[in-house]
Amino acid sequence: MRRLLLVTALVLSSPMPLAAQDSLPPAPYAYQQLDDPELEAKATDLMHTLRCLKCQSQSIADSDAPMAGDMRHQVRTRIAAGESPAEVRQWLVDRYGEYVSYQPRVTASTWPLFVAPLLVLLLAAFILRGRLVKRKEPGK
Amino acid sequence: MKRLRIFLWVLVAVVGGLFVLFGYQLTQPKDEFIQSAMVGEPLPDFDLRPAIDTMPGLSKADLADGKPRLVNIFASWCLPCRAEAPQLETLRAAGADIVGIAIRDRPEDVAMFLQLYGNPFTAIGADDISQVQLELGSSGVPETFVIDGNGVITYQHIGDIRPEHVQTILYQLREAGA
Repeated sequence: MRRLLLVTALVLSSPMPLAAQDSLPPAPYAYQQLDDPELEAKATDLMHTLRCLKCQSQSIADSDAPMAGDMRHQVRTRIAAGESPAEVRQWLVDRYGEYVSYQPRVTASTWPLFVAPLLVLLLAAFILRGRLVKRKEPGK
Repeated sequence: MKRLRIFLWVLVAVVGGLFVLFGYQLTQPKDEFIQSAMVGEPLPDFDLRPAIDTMPGLSKADLADGKPRLVNIFASWCLPCRAEAPQLETLRAAGADIVGIAIRDRPEDVAMFLQLYGNPFTAIGADDISQVQLELGSSGVPETFVIDGNGVITYQHIGDIRPEHVQTILYQLREAGA
């Protein structure tokens, strides 16, 4: 109890707020939708597939972190300036790597993920064929 | 029958291998650092207003004048930034030219921060909407970049600089031509 009091006293006597929160207002387009509904829909779809870097299991559309707001601002202003969603995604991937994108791409390290299900299907078809052919044999 | 037995043993081996893989991954330390893909790339164009009245702001041109520098991404509201202040002072004393980029910060807060924890910077730009931070591929505060004299990013340090990191950063700065 005494320790708790001490910690509370220390926190209260700190010269600056201890919470890691900035005091600036959010970027203009962090919470403000674009006027054109079509562009806003494009931007929103994209924001749902971009990873928030501060809260790494959320998309920037889901997160209230100031940095996610700043990323939404970038997405909306770039879409409004005529960039395609693919270009905006690439702009972020060029800076943070594929990690920032929730949309998987076939690359040198991810191709087994795409090939494995096909192999399993082929294997299943092969085994199934073997069984069906065998079962027919006695009837011949 | 024999083929079935072999098949089952192969299955057991595959599943066993998977568990070994899971066990290995679970015992690895968690790495939440997101490396910037901009290391080795030239700086983006930017021009930031001064973060406090008494010091110059920061632009790309300032960082491409032939002198290698450290760019420290910080904020007055960031706790680890206070912890790394003594190390920045050590780096400055060792001859490093350090410029700052203050993320989402008010001038009075930056001034207070510098007064309390020291001012190792020769210039500080204010990045109010994290634009330059995103351009650099930085995902948080504090981070420190080594920039060579041509404005190319040569090294990224993620998180607060602890005493054991100082030598590495000085080495990287020398490698960049200081």
